[in-house]
Amino acid sequence: MSIDTKKQYRIFSAVLAGNPNVGKSTVFNALTGMKQHTGNWPGKTVVTAEGHFRYKDSEFVLTDLPGTYSLNADSPDEEAAKEAILYGHPDCIIVVADASSLERNLNLILHILEISSKAVVCLNLIDEAHKKKIIPDSRKLSLMLGVPVITAAARSGKGLDKLTAAAYGVACGSIKTTEVKNNYGTDTETAADTIINALPEGLNSKRFISLELLNKQNRTEFLEKNNILFTPELKNAIEKADKILSEYDDIEYIRSQTIVKRSEEIYNACVYLENKSYNKRDRSIDKIMTSKRTGIPIMLLLLAIVFYITIVGANYPSQWLAQLFVLVEDKLRELFSMWNANEFISRIFIDGMVGTLGSVVSVMLPPMAVFFPLFSLLEDSGYLPRVAFNLDKYFYRSGTHGKQALTMMMGFGCNACGITGCRIIETERERRIAALTNNFSPCNGRFPTLIAIISAFLVCGIPSPLRSFAGAAMLVGVIILSIFISLAISKLLSLTILKGEPSSLVLELPPYRRPQFFRTIVRSLADKTLSVLGRAVIVAIPAGIIISLLANTFISGKSIISYVTNFIDPFAQIIGLDGVLLTAFILGFPANEIVLPIALMIYLSNGTMTDYESLEQLHSILTANGWTTITAICAMIFTVMHFPCSTACLTFYKETKSIKWTIAAFLLPTLCGIICCLLVNTICHCLMILL
Amino acid sequence: MRATPLIPLDALDTGECGTICTLPDNPELRRRLTALGLIPGTKITVVNISPAGDPKAYFFRGSLIALRHKDAQKILIKNRWAVEQ
Ligand SMILES: Nc1nc2c(ncn2[C@@H]2O[C@H](COP(=O)(O)OP(=O)(O)OP(=O)(O)O)[C@@H](O)[C@H]2O)c(=O)[nH]1
Ligand SMILES: [Mg+2]
Repeated sequence: MSIDTKKQYRIFSAVLAGNPNVGKSTVFNALTGMKQHTGNWPGKTVVTAEGHFRYKDSEFVLTDLPGTYSLNADSPDEEAAKEAILYGHPDCIIVVADASSLERNLNLILHILEISSKAVVCLNLIDEAHKKKIIPDSRKLSLMLGVPVITAAARSGKGLDKLTAAAYGVACGSIKTTEVKNNYGTDTETAADTIINALPEGLNSKRFISLELLNKQNRTEFLEKNNILFTPELKNAIEKADKILSEYDDIEYIRSQTIVKRSEEIYNACVYLENKSYNKRDRSIDKIMTSKRTGIPIMLLLLAIVFYITIVGANYPSQWLAQLFVLVEDKLRELFSMWNANEFISRIFIDGMVGTLGSVVSVMLPPMAVFFPLFSLLEDSGYLPRVAFNLDKYFYRSGTHGKQALTMMMGFGCNACGITGCRIIETERERRIAALTNNFSPCNGRFPTLIAIISAFLVCGIPSPLRSFAGAAMLVGVIILSIFISLAISKLLSLTILKGEPSSLVLELPPYRRPQFFRTIVRSLADKTLSVLGRAVIVAIPAGIIISLLANTFISGKSIISYVTNFIDPFAQIIGLDGVLLTAFILGFPANEIVLPIALMIYLSNGTMTDYESLEQLHSILTANGWTTITAICAMIFTVMHFPCSTACLTFYKETKSIKWTIAAFLLPTLCGIICCLLVNTICHCLMILL
Repeated sequence: MRATPLIPLDALDTGECGTICTLPDNPELRRRLTALGLIPGTKITVVNISPAGDPKAYFFRGSLIALRHKDAQKILIKNRWAVEQ
């Protein structure tokens, strides 16, 4: 605790700890009003977040921790949680637990209460527990645990006022809590007591420290982190304790077994099951979602439905927005001519800036705004871990971690998030493979490009009711291809530079939950739309201006940009693209959303047309610039496989702290893309000659 | 009582139960399983098998956990019986 002298209120620190996927971030958001991402799968939060809230005469600094099953920390995200609980010395630990699977949650609760009894247990998801007729007796539980136990339903805000009151009481000492004492058997207890007596005066949680010191492995590190002097007296005591325990080889294991048994006792005493087969519904859903016959087809079907809705749902807004921008540009042109503005200026301003902004907003934004909420709904339902379950064998065969499937799926939303998400993977080797291959998942910023190319080029001959179906099917094909490549490259990596065996997988499959449709949709729509618009303004406007400057400044009869595009055109042609497109990919390094808009602007600046309002016009612009079906296919391949955007590269560097690996992350997908495009282009051309 | 032979966990089929007898030697895996409440004596049920045959989803102490064949093999169980569906 500290006191803010200026404002005259006390400042308390509190952390939100608990198993993964119990609603810690939901509690955090409800208390602090912040917008941490939540999702129904273990491992959503990987980085700690901090927020504030006021209660009575005090301010709480609240930290949202990544979920963890134990305090032994295998992966970096769990490490962060462990550090905060063990060494952060918070004024109050709020242990969030899932009321519907309390027995497992009690293991961690008991572990944490051993460290500090300045804690409150929040029995979250009580609404779900009641629905399943699981009735926990919070009063009895509180008696057995020695700390306040508050039932809550964080998503609807129920019980949170009581939670803050209890946290306040514990932090300022008005609520007295008692320490739990798990009995680990005579030998362990005597050994622990020996050490307790040798510990310096005035130290908190002596019992926990002495128990930890029984573990031979990281004694010195533990002492250092707790600022405990390794006195000769302590050394003596530890040696004595070791002698007492010489017959036991793994004290950790004995401790955790005791805790599991104690959890079972408490659970049996405090929880009533009115309906023993409470998870029947989940089991029957799982039978369909993960069975041999229907598991994979349903996965593809769901994916196809998501894409279908995205294509259809984005179509009309896309047209309206395009028309709106054409209108704006026309009006601006009139204005400019009224002012007798210079032709050059009007080209830069209208065709360059407004035009680029227009295509970002009309072509790229709508699919993103539809896809993202749909993806969030899937995420909230609890389906993602099932996909990981269905696909795990292929990841195992590629020598990687099963959770790579989860990070791969996060990549479909955003590659930078996917790369940070790799912290849920325990071993460094597998984490690196997952991060290196994450970019093969086309992110939300690249889907619209794929959709535009597919709609304008590949399915435009198909009659309209079937067109969107065909488009969705093609997108599913692209996703399958990207997963396949991702697996193949993972395999290659684990056979060569990142050699090793796949480690073990322990993946929780959470209960299915009905997502909050309205809230999820509104929120991801608002968040996404705003962030994309923000990015569009920050990146697309300057890019539009600079490129149209280059396209409208002529040196000996040719524009500067055409020198660039002509220069790389021969190479681009070899891989089935053209100079303009490759230039656009390179210029799109800051944000994938601007690749297609830039390419369009350069194409338009060469021709007579200045605008397009529909897919047919898009088609004719592209064909007029020499696009064929092969160009379209190669463009799609290159969209899936090229260098990560600047944000993703930066994130990769932050995660690995290694320039070498960041360069590898840059080159790997680029080389794959070049090779694949080269192959496809060559093969197609050879076939055409032969036929 | 006659001693029943121990069988590896992954030998169980969907809908079959067993009681855990020994956990794997690998300390990391063992720790992770213990943290979830898996110790000798825990009752465990096979609930689902992934379309590709591996991993399987096991139910114990109120949660559903997926384990790969390679890891489940090292967990030994005694008394195997089928649960009524
Ligand atoms: N029905 C119901 N669902 C809830 C409640 N609280 C949270 N959820 C849902 O539970 C899921 C997990 O919530 P999160 O807040 O992401 O959980 P977390 O503990 O932060 O998870 P990790 O970050 O993975 O450790 C989300 O889908 C939430 O919408 C609740 O009180 N009732
Ligand atoms: Mg979280």
